[in-house]
Amino acid sequence: MRCLFWIFCLLGALCPPLVFALTPEQAGQIAAGDLDDRIKTLNAVVAEADTALEPFVKALLDEAVKTSAGKAYIVADGKTVEAATGKPAVLPADAEDTVTNNRMRRELESAIAVLRLVSPDRAVRAAAITELKDQVDEGKLGLIDKATTAETDPELKARLQLLRAAVLISSDDPAKRLTAAKALSGSSSPATRSLLLEKLGSEPDATVKAAIQAALDSVQGQLVWGERLGLLFTGLSLGSILLLVALGLAITYGLMGVINMAHGELMMIGAYATYVVQNLFKNYLPGAFDGYILVAIPAAFLASALVGAVLERTVIRWLYGRPLETLLATWGISLVLMQAVRSIFGAQNVGVENPAWMSGGVQVLPNLVLPYNRLAILVFAALVLLAMAALIGKTRLGLFVRAVTQNRRMASCVGVNTSRIDMLAFALGAGIAGLAGCALSQVGNVGPDLGQGYIVDSFMVVVLGGVGQLAGTVYAALGLGLMNKLLEGWAGAVLAKIMVLVFIVVFIQKRPQGIFAVKGRSAEA
Amino acid sequence: MTVTRRTFTTSLTAVALAAGLYAVPAFAQETIKVGVLHSLSGTMAISETVLKDTVLMAIEEINAKGGVLGKKLEPVVVDPASNWPLFAEKARQLISKDKVAVTFGCWTSVSRKSVLPVYEELNSLLFYPVQYEGEELSKNVFYTGAAPNQQAIPAVEYLMSKDGGSAKRWVLLGTDYVYPRTTNKILRSFLKSKGVADADIMEEYTPFGHADYQGIIAKIKKFAGEGKKTAVVSTINGDSNVPFYKELGNQGLKATDVPVVAFSVGEEELRGVDTKPLVGHLAAWNYFMSIKSPANTAFVKQWSDYAKAKGIAGHKDKPLTNDPMEATYIGIHMWKAAVEKAKSTDTDKVIAAMAGQTYPAPGGFVSTMDAKNHHLHKPVFIGEIKADGQFGVVWKTKGPVRAEPWSPFIPENKGKKDEPEKK
Repeated sequence: MRCLFWIFCLLGALCPPLVFALTPEQAGQIAAGDLDDRIKTLNAVVAEADTALEPFVKALLDEAVKTSAGKAYIVADGKTVEAATGKPAVLPADAEDTVTNNRMRRELESAIAVLRLVSPDRAVRAAAITELKDQVDEGKLGLIDKATTAETDPELKARLQLLRAAVLISSDDPAKRLTAAKALSGSSSPATRSLLLEKLGSEPDATVKAAIQAALDSVQGQLVWGERLGLLFTGLSLGSILLLVALGLAITYGLMGVINMAHGELMMIGAYATYVVQNLFKNYLPGAFDGYILVAIPAAFLASALVGAVLERTVIRWLYGRPLETLLATWGISLVLMQAVRSIFGAQNVGVENPAWMSGGVQVLPNLVLPYNRLAILVFAALVLLAMAALIGKTRLGLFVRAVTQNRRMASCVGVNTSRIDMLAFALGAGIAGLAGCALSQVGNVGPDLGQGYIVDSFMVVVLGGVGQLAGTVYAALGLGLMNKLLEGWAGAVLAKIMVLVFIVVFIQKRPQGIFAVKGRSAEA
Repeated sequence: MTVTRRTFTTSLTAVALAAGLYAVPAFAQETIKVGVLHSLSGTMAISETVLKDTVLMAIEEINAKGGVLGKKLEPVVVDPASNWPLFAEKARQLISKDKVAVTFGCWTSVSRKSVLPVYEELNSLLFYPVQYEGEELSKNVFYTGAAPNQQAIPAVEYLMSKDGGSAKRWVLLGTDYVYPRTTNKILRSFLKSKGVADADIMEEYTPFGHADYQGIIAKIKKFAGEGKKTAVVSTINGDSNVPFYKELGNQGLKATDVPVVAFSVGEEELRGVDTKPLVGHLAAWNYFMSIKSPANTAFVKQWSDYAKAKGIAGHKDKPLTNDPMEATYIGIHMWKAAVEKAKSTDTDKVIAAMAGQTYPAPGGFVSTMDAKNHHLHKPVFIGEIKADGQFGVVWKTKGPVRAEPWSPFIPENKGKKDEPEKK
């Protein structure tokens, strides 16, 4: 049976194909068998550049191909077609799944990319060139040459030439290697750096070696900017998360002076509210799933604010001015809330899916990808901050809150309902914690102990920034984020965390009032 | 009849007495107590809760078939709450107070190390179902998870092979505690024996519960861009895996560029992660839910039915099985066979009877308990993540592999005996 295939294969290689470049035997060989043979057959077929191959390769990537007796079948949407001819077929009972591992997947992806190099759509061609970056070899040189001559867009043509150079740098002819090295100096992709570093070690010719070194330096120079910006972005992103988790606390602890150990659990409630909204959308509005986050944001705010208001009315109100009791009581509440969530939703983490538009990232530089979910959180944190600053600074409620925190008795004398303001302020702080929880559900785990991981961080930010200072909280959050990431790059995540903690301890020793001190007198004290 | 206070009390006493009388025959039938020592709260609850349910399922199954030595099994479930010292306390309570014949429990190596002295002192039995770093061999413990040579080493060898992508540079990434540190020590010395230079190995650790993997991924990208094919070996444990894989997907680090092979990520850990961007990243285990064998179909069905009947959160809608669950299941059945062979639940007699026990594992192979070293002979599977969150097996050993608890890649292990010291 097997030698029959080989005969067919030989025939296929000798005789020019009639209608389809892909024979059923070839399809069968690509789908199953020894991996080396599969790849060999695939590349042989791809070299003929038949676009009819594309659906088959795609089906292989999607693992929708089954094989039986050396024949490949594509099974999709409940229909079965013969892979090579596209004719409907009945799937044999003994059909087996194909195994596509990483090596095969890489070959398949580059096969598709090569086929798309001649696509009439410019965007498709551009994507194909990006896909091919470090996956070209001698076998595909012919097709790349063909595509280069046919290419009309100057930018794409230049990029195709880079691809050619990446192949030619492995050529046996030193002259060709020299031109390739010179051409590659215009690249700014990490794959090129990797390639050049590898070639530098094995290059026998001195002139070519110098050219490779020069190209490498130029590529490095371009890459270093991507790395620096990437570091800045990760720092800002961590800072924005710290800011979100600390903002609510800046109100409840910073302005009201309540040491709220249940702050983390209020975040957790916000995250679970997001989870519930997500499930509702999944079950009742699957079409609008990508928009669930727009409903989840107010839902998370309201859920946490409600819990916060109830807490304030029932427990915290009786403990104003008694920080130790507040601390113990809120800590107890945090345990109760955690166990309640565990009883309702189970001890395991629940899955919150990102909406599709938040998955993936935008490629800014060849070595810099900014993930959409992080960008979204950055913007969200800024919006929450602005809204909160406006609320505290510009509205009547904000005025009352400030009045009550500055001088409770005087505020009461002029007719402010202080107990109502206390409740509203606490609910606002709790609601913002809920918003933070909603944001955290997009980057991390949602589980009953979600809040535990952030409670220390949020207190650190508020204390470092200066209790009672909104601006201080912002500076402290972004500063800690940047510092953490800078140190992490240099000393590793474990040491970075320790160093940040040591820094805060030393800083608070030297300056107990935080970055910004409260000016004037605080009446509550 | 008017109910006065007195008649009410009398009737209440009568009812209580009657209930007591009815209860007596149930107690008269002797049971064998089985301890279940898994965290049902705290950080490890995520992974361990399901193992408790697996033990209960197996006990229900065994009792339905008549129990062991004609006696029913009676589970005693305790919650050590992811608190390592509490594990030792609860273990002592199970053995001394509840008089359990055997305990199934522990996940993290640190919890196992915590209970080990208790089991040795009181001479009781522990079945430990999770892959671990080796470097331990106690007469009182049976290890039904993988030793490094049954998971870590084959996985790295696969990535070095042509099919695995011929990786030349290595990132060893883990959570900062004993299991990842020891595994990476073994791997580093293994890689060196294969001619990998120190400059081509990057070791990184993160604290427990780390949630921000941006910096780490950026570092991996930079390291991978410095020449030669790079692969990442991840021993990240617990729920940190979710943010790690999310970040990996969002930053566009594809498996075809830099494959990540994980030793503590199974079907359960990927629940709730969007696996579409993660297709092709790998995991090495001795069992995958996707393995096609009649034994596995039966196991998955048994679990699905049980999860539905008991309303286990998460599993009642989307039942998942994983490697430690399989190891737990094999362990309890082997223990049953050993007790029946020894005709006693006496610790020493059961230990002697355990040697050479076999069980047709859900993974489709027959697992054998080694005659000497208390570890199972297990096959090794390497799977790639598929879009549906399951693993597709891309490589497997021809048959079960014998465990080497003392890795030959740690120099101090030379001359250590492959069986427990105290016999």
